[in-house]
Amino acid sequence: MEFEAIIGVEVHAQILTKSKMFCRCSADVAHAAPNTHTCPICLGMPGTLPVINQAAVEATVLTGMALNCTIPSFSKFDRKNYHYPDLPKGYQVSQYDYPLTKDGYLDVQVNGETRRLRIRRVHLEEDTARLVHEGDTSLIDFNRSSLPLMEIVSEADMRSAEDTYAYLVKLRQILRYLGVSTGNMEEGAMRCEANISVRPVGMEEYGTKVEVKNLNSFRSVRLAIAYEIERQIGVLEEGGEIQQVTMGWDEAGLRTVFQRSKEFAEDYRYFPEPDLPPLEIDQALRESIAARLPELPDAKRERCVMVYGIRSEDARLLCEDRATAGFFERAVEAASERVSAQTVANWIVGEVFRLLGESGQGIDQIKMQPEDLAALLDMLAGGTINATVAKEVLEEMFTSGQAPDVIVERRGLRQINDQEALSAAVRTALDDNPGPVAQYLAGKEQVLGFLIGQVMRATRGQANVQIVTELLRAELEKRR
Amino acid sequence: MELYDLTIHQAHELLARREISSVELTQALLDRIAAVDEKVKAYLCVLEEAALADAAAADRRRAEGEDHPLLGIPLAVKDVLTTRGIETTCGSRMLENFKPTFDATAIIKLRDAGAVLMGKTNTDEFAMGSTTENSAFFTTHNPWDLSRVPGGSSGGSAAATAAGECIAAIGSDTGGSIRQPASFCGVAGLKPTYGRVSRHGLVAFASSLDQVGALGKDVTDCALLLQTMAGHDPMDSTSAELPVPDYREGMDRSVAGIKLGVPREYFREGMQPEVEQAVRQALDVYESLGAELVDISMPHTDYCLSTYYVLAPAEASANLARFDGIRYGYSAPDAQDIWETYRKTRAEGFGPEVKRRIMLGTYALSTGYYDAYYLKAQKVRTLIKQDFDRAYAQVDALVAPTVPLTAFRIGEKIDDLLQLYLVDILTLSTNLAGICGVSIPCGMANGLPIGMQVLGNAYQEATVLRVAYAYEQATDWHLRRPPL
Repeated sequence: MEFEAIIGVEVHAQILTKSKMFCRCSADVAHAAPNTHTCPICLGMPGTLPVINQAAVEATVLTGMALNCTIPSFSKFDRKNYHYPDLPKGYQVSQYDYPLTKDGYLDVQVNGETRRLRIRRVHLEEDTARLVHEGDTSLIDFNRSSLPLMEIVSEADMRSAEDTYAYLVKLRQILRYLGVSTGNMEEGAMRCEANISVRPVGMEEYGTKVEVKNLNSFRSVRLAIAYEIERQIGVLEEGGEIQQVTMGWDEAGLRTVFQRSKEFAEDYRYFPEPDLPPLEIDQALRESIAARLPELPDAKRERCVMVYGIRSEDARLLCEDRATAGFFERAVEAASERVSAQTVANWIVGEVFRLLGESGQGIDQIKMQPEDLAALLDMLAGGTINATVAKEVLEEMFTSGQAPDVIVERRGLRQINDQEALSAAVRTALDDNPGPVAQYLAGKEQVLGFLIGQVMRATRGQANVQIVTELLRAELEKRR
Repeated sequence: MELYDLTIHQAHELLARREISSVELTQALLDRIAAVDEKVKAYLCVLEEAALADAAAADRRRAEGEDHPLLGIPLAVKDVLTTRGIETTCGSRMLENFKPTFDATAIIKLRDAGAVLMGKTNTDEFAMGSTTENSAFFTTHNPWDLSRVPGGSSGGSAAATAAGECIAAIGSDTGGSIRQPASFCGVAGLKPTYGRVSRHGLVAFASSLDQVGALGKDVTDCALLLQTMAGHDPMDSTSAELPVPDYREGMDRSVAGIKLGVPREYFREGMQPEVEQAVRQALDVYESLGAELVDISMPHTDYCLSTYYVLAPAEASANLARFDGIRYGYSAPDAQDIWETYRKTRAEGFGPEVKRRIMLGTYALSTGYYDAYYLKAQKVRTLIKQDFDRAYAQVDALVAPTVPLTAFRIGEKIDDLLQLYLVDILTLSTNLAGICGVSIPCGMANGLPIGMQVLGNAYQEATVLRVAYAYEQATDWHLRRPPL
């Protein structure tokens, strides 16, 4: 029997705001010592009240817009009640029946095919504190307590680990484009839970779903979902039944392991948060948020192909993140007419990406300006320098941030186009290498490359290769 | 007249004329506390040194030319408002020895005005009760008859005010917790409109009903305290962004021509005859002052009690979840794991009434019961609010008994919950509707005060105070002091 998997995911993304969700504590807690970003409010002290962070509301609405959601005019917060040491108030302020945004979708590419994956809702809530277990004691770091968190809930439209992976990668890309989250799964800024069930192909009813938690990287998402699908199919094929349980992904054992069963599911007793008035997202606010919506990756990629005429694959690579696309576009804008957009793309995708990879930096962290890259490529196109020199100059630009003409002048790297100077160098090279010359004249033309290399070395790489080649051929003919 | 019997405005006059100093006044009250609090037991803690220091600071401010109606005035504060570095117990073992790190907004405003904080007064645990018998520490006694309850939950503040253990006091009102003890103790008690005074620093019982208010020896004192505490607070998103009027301006205007509604459902069968008689006589006084009495029906009055006892416990069940023995307050010493810590801490830290309400509320919010209880109660709450909306379309204020009876004996009703809950039957609706009301003394029965409440529409405190003040001027019930 053939089976198909039905998958839906819940993604929690920490929102990049200056302060926490309901208090004035700094939200910049990534490298802070434990419990240094706390106040009576995020510690849940008696007598404290929450005050809504407007920036977090706007970031959530912005995300909803980017995910093609509708933005209802009425929204509210609710209390989700449960006891745990990471939850200082004994309830989490979240959103239950009136989320900020709902009914959206995301188009993703899977195996060259576009899949439209629906999004049920994007809502806003507060994060819990972080528990650190040491031996038989547990420590609580309240720095994370009440950081703004958005929950993005998909419909169960995914059918494979690949679908889910593509969805998450695309989702993270959009969060980063919007600047609303780092989307970093390893640091816990983006967390994922998957609901997975399988059913025989052709069956209408859903199978029993299993929730898989502890997916801390894109790799574990893919592996865990693939594993869980196989596990469930295996159980069914052996005539077994799937239990409605929560499983955890065991990173070391590469398998999903039982965590708890449905009988222990909490009754969260949601009710409207009486400390906060309902939210009204009016037309004016909606418009002002919509105006901040940047061009999204798909649109940007299409535009790069249409407007600049670069190859589709290069456009995809360049539009992977907003900073790279911005770098590319600024360079193209600055480039002279003799430098094509494709040339700019080639140099970024090739040399610049290589240097970024080696240095471990992001394109927004380097000193080199896109306008200087354009200037460099113009010098190359105009013959002021040759390609070898250009790469060398680029490396220095990358680390020092200096302009290419400054580097070229200082290091005397201008290309030598002077026929007489080069003729002298060619004659010297031939005089010094009688053996290869004899070989060439005997018909072994491959040694021409060696001879070109000799001239280039003598001119410290600055000779115009084309001219050198022509001169060499002519001089060799003379000596035949 | 003894210094401890002064009202705020009387004391202010003497302070302003330099006839007394705040230190002298504060010392007089400390002496009075030393003399009578053993019997009344109004205070959970008396801040002797701090109060004298506050008083000395107030005297210096006055010497430097500053003046404010509350500058140097000794006040008592119900122990459900956070006070920085000062124990805030909420009358619970759970918070025994708990010292908050911040002052409630109302406290900050009072301190800024120069008020002297005498101490923290007794309350039913987490303000849940009508007698102070639910305090984890002791029961406060009614200064008029020490064998009787002072009312509650702001019983400590009401008793302290009546007994002259403070000039005036701060309380909180979730279902009558200011007006009911004011009625039992023969003082004035003001419950402002929901949103009028910041709740920041008020330890929450039922967030949509709680409101900070004032208890004083007369209406003027309530107006002065409200004036200082009222206003929007960025720390409380439910506090109203409305300007605060001058509550004393026009308070002495005649009530001739004013329309006073008399809700017939508030004169209940089975109420103590002297109470009904006293309030009817008070209505005659209003008529003689030129007010027009209008018979009003509030058809949903009978549903107030059940609505309140679904909604208030539901909110309380979440509000009190934070008391888990992890970060502060009581923590069961011998628990083996986290779940046992929760169970034992809450079993040992909370008293029976608090546990009862947490369970009621948890039940009302549970899957399968939410629609029948919580949601239904919210809908009825809207109907109750509409009763008031219709009434205020016809009249300027409502006048009714505050409590259907006078103070009863300690221990008399604590085992009969329904009887006890019925004590609040006439005050709950105000909180459900989010409106304002003041209770003032309007008679005596067997040596015990009778109270009457004037209820006004949202943010109509000025009207309520004016109506109450007119009665006060025409009578002398507010001048009586208990024979302690």
